[in-house]
Amino acid sequence: MIAEFGYGIALVSFIVAVYSIVAAVYGAAAPRKSASLVESARRAMLLTFPLITLSAAALIYLLVNNHFEVSFVYEVTSISMPTYLKVTAWWGGQAGSLLFWSWLLAAFASAVTLRKWDRDIEFLPWVIMISSVTLVFFLGMVIFYENPFTRFWLVNGNVEPHMFAPANATVFTPQDGNGLNPLLRHPGMVIHPPMLYLGFVSYVIPYAFAMAALITGRTDDRWIRLTRRWSLWAWLFLSFGLVLGGRWAYDVLGWGGYWGWDPVEIAAFMPWLTGTAFLHSVMIQEKRGLLKHWNMILVILTYALVIFGTFLTRSGVLSSVHAFANSPIGPLFMTFVSATLIASIALVIYRWPDLRGETEMKSMLSREALFLLNNLLFMSVLVICFWGVIFPLISELFTGQKVTVGPPFYERATAPIFAALMFLMGVAPLSAWGHSTLKTLGRAMWKSALAALVVTVVLFATYTKNFIALIGFFLIALVLLVTFQEFWRGTRARQRSQKENFFTSLSRLMGRNRRRYGGYIIHISMMLMAIGILGIEIFQTSTQGSLAQGEALDISGYTIKYRELASWDDQGKGVNFTRASLDVYENGIYLGELNPRIDFYFDSQQNMTIPGNRSTLRDDLYILLVDWQPVSNMGATFKIFVNPLVNWLWIGSLLFLLGVIFAAWPDRDATEETSRRGVTRQASQASAAD
Amino acid sequence: MQRNKFILGGLLILAAVVYLIVSSTQASAEYFMTVDEMIAKGDVAVGQSARLSGAVIGDTVKYDPATLELTFDVAHVSGDNNEIEAQGGLAKVLADAVADPSRQRVPVLYIGPKPDLLRGEAQAIMTGTLGSDGIFYADELLLKCPTKYQEAVPDQAEANN
Repeated sequence: MIAEFGYGIALVSFIVAVYSIVAAVYGAAAPRKSASLVESARRAMLLTFPLITLSAAALIYLLVNNHFEVSFVYEVTSISMPTYLKVTAWWGGQAGSLLFWSWLLAAFASAVTLRKWDRDIEFLPWVIMISSVTLVFFLGMVIFYENPFTRFWLVNGNVEPHMFAPANATVFTPQDGNGLNPLLRHPGMVIHPPMLYLGFVSYVIPYAFAMAALITGRTDDRWIRLTRRWSLWAWLFLSFGLVLGGRWAYDVLGWGGYWGWDPVEIAAFMPWLTGTAFLHSVMIQEKRGLLKHWNMILVILTYALVIFGTFLTRSGVLSSVHAFANSPIGPLFMTFVSATLIASIALVIYRWPDLRGETEMKSMLSREALFLLNNLLFMSVLVICFWGVIFPLISELFTGQKVTVGPPFYERATAPIFAALMFLMGVAPLSAWGHSTLKTLGRAMWKSALAALVVTVVLFATYTKNFIALIGFFLIALVLLVTFQEFWRGTRARQRSQKENFFTSLSRLMGRNRRRYGGYIIHISMMLMAIGILGIEIFQTSTQGSLAQGEALDISGYTIKYRELASWDDQGKGVNFTRASLDVYENGIYLGELNPRIDFYFDSQQNMTIPGNRSTLRDDLYILLVDWQPVSNMGATFKIFVNPLVNWLWIGSLLFLLGVIFAAWPDRDATEETSRRGVTRQASQASAAD
Repeated sequence: MQRNKFILGGLLILAAVVYLIVSSTQASAEYFMTVDEMIAKGDVAVGQSARLSGAVIGDTVKYDPATLELTFDVAHVSGDNNEIEAQGGLAKVLADAVADPSRQRVPVLYIGPKPDLLRGEAQAIMTGTLGSDGIFYADELLLKCPTKYQEAVPDQAEANN
C-alpha cells in the first residue's frame, strides 16, 4: 500500500511539474500573454514540494519499518541498523538519492517563487520553466528508471523486482536487508552527501535566473544581484560538502589522507571551481559592467557540471571507491546535459550583442584584470581536472590502449596554478578598480612582502629546507599579512574619520562591507587550509611494525607502547570490535592513551578500520590497527602516521564556514547596495589611503 | 595596443597550461592492463608503470603481519565493462575467473596493511610495475567487492520463514 502511495504521489508531482512548464511557457510566450496562467504555473510549482515531501515520507516509512519487500529498502538497510541511519539511507543508494535531489530542488524552487516579484515579474515564468524542466528530468528518472518503490515478487518460483504485481505473483519479503555499507555509517557520511546535494541543487537557481535574463532580453546585472546570495549559499554548501568528505576519508578510510583525486571527488570539485570563478567575476560585472558573456558561460558551465557531477557520483561509469552499480541512466544524463548545454549556449550567442561590456579593460594590473586572471587560473584547474577524468576514454579512442593518470598528474599539474592563485590573493586586494600600476601596487605591498620573506628565512633556519614548502609558506605569509593589513588600514581610516575606538570601527567597517570582509576572512581560512595541506603532503612520515605486549615503537619524537588488545562481539549492533590500547609518550613524558580499532560487520562480512588519532596544532599522531594474532592475543601490527600541521586544514574549514556565512548574511541596511560609481570612488580612496 | 597585451597574456597562460598538462600526463601515465595483455606484452611490460586489474584467488592470499608483505595471485578478467555485463555481471565474471584453472595468473606483491576488502573473488585494481621475475610489484591496491552490495535480487533461501 505505502509503496504504491509513494510511487503514485511521485507520479502526480511529475505531472504537476510538467503542467507548470507548459503553463509558464504558454502564459509568457503565447501571442496573448496571460498573467493568470503564469500564476497557475507558480502555484503548480509550489504544489510539487508538499507532493514530493509526501512521496519521500512514504519511502522513509518503508525504510524505517524494515519493509524489505521493497528492493531499495533491501539494498540499503538491515534490521540491526539504528533508526537515524535508516532515515539517512534515503540517500545511500541511487534511486533514493535521485528522489532526494528532486525534493531539494522542489524546496528551493518553491522558496524562490514565494519571493516578492513586483520588479522582476517578467523573469518569473522562465525561472519556473527552468526549475521545472530540471525537476521533471529528475522525477522522470525516479519514476521510469530508478524507482525506489519497486518490490520483489515471487513469480513461478523466481524472485523478480517489479513495481506492480505481475499475474499470479505474491509479494516476496526477504528476512533481512543487505544493510548500508559500514564505511558509510559515519556521521560525516550522514551529512556529506546532503551538503553536496544542497550545493548542487542551489546552483540551479542562479542558472534559472540567468536563462530568464537571456530569454527576456533583460541582460543587465539584475539577475546577478537577485541570485548573489543564492550562489553564495550554494558555494557554502558545496565547499562544506567537499570538506566533510575529506574529513570522513581521514577518519574512516584509514590511509592517512583526506583527498585522493578520485574521479568522483573531482566530479564534485569541478562545479566548485566554476562556482568560485563565478563568485569573483560577477563582482566585475556589478562594479564595471564587464565580462557579461563570461558570467553567463560560467553559470551555464556550473549547472552542466552539477548535473554531470550528480551523474558521475551515482552511475559508476568510472572506477572509483564511490561507484555504485552500472545502470541505464547514464545515456539519459548525458543527453540531458548536452541538450541543456547546447540550448543555453545558443541563447548566449543569440543575445551576444546585448551582452557587450560597458567599458573596456584598460590596465593589466587593475582589480578587474586581476580578477580576470583569477578566473583564467580557475578555468585552467578545471581543464586539468577534466582532462584527467576523460583521459582514459580519449586514449582508448585514439590508441586502443586504456591509459589512466593518477594523483601525481593532478598534483604536478595543478600545484603551480594553486601557487599563482595564492599570489593573486596577496596582490588583488591592493589593486584599484580601473587602473593600477606596478608602482602603486609595490608601494602597497612591499612591507608585507618583506615581512613574509623574513618569516620564510626564519622557517628555513628553524623548520625546513624543503624548497616547495618554503615557497608555499612564503605565499601563505604574504597573503595573511596583506589581508591583515587591509583590515588594519580600513579600520584605522574609519577610526580617524568617525572618532570611534578600534573595535567599534572594525566591526562597523566589516558590517558595512560584508562581502568584502567576508571574502578576506575566506582568504585567511584558505591560507590556514594551505598550511595543513602543505604539512600533510610534504612532511608526512610513517612507520609500521608488529609489537608484542609491552614493546614500543619510535617515530618523530613519539614513543608508542603497546599495552593490550581486547576483542568482543556486540550482537545488538551486529559488530565485532577489536580494540588496541597504546600508551603514547613524547620525550619520556606520558601524553595519553590511543585506541585504534577494527570493527567487523557480520551482515556485510566487512572490516572497518578506525584510527586512534591524537590531534594537536603541531601534528596528528594517527595510528591504525592493521592485524593481530588471534590465538595468543599477544602481538599486534600497527601502521603509524605523523601528519604535521594537518589540523590547520580543519581549523581553516571552520573559519571558512564563518567567512561565507558572514558574507552571505542579509544586510540590515538596504541602502548599502552600492551603486557602481560609489564603489569605484570608495575603492580608489582605499588604495590612495596608504 | 592594450588589447594585444591582454591577448598575449591569455596566450601565455594557455601555453603554460598546455605544457603542464602534456608534461604531467607523460610523467604519470599508467597503462591500464588486464592479466592477458600484460603477459602477452612479455618483456616490454617490465618496468612500465601500469594499472593492472584481476580477480583475487582467495587460496593464494598470504600475509605476514611482521613485515607487512602481502602476496596473492590474480586471474584474468576482461577490462571491458560491456563484456562483463554480457557475461552476467562483475560478481559472476570474477567467480568464473577464480574457478577456471586455465586462466592466466600473475603473482602480486604489496607491502602495507592488508586492506579490509581483500578476499577471494574481489576485483583488485593495482598500480605498480611488473618485475623481471614476473611478479607485479604494487604500490597501490584498490579493491571492489561486488558480491554483497550489488546483489539486486535476494536469494530465496533467506526468506524461508
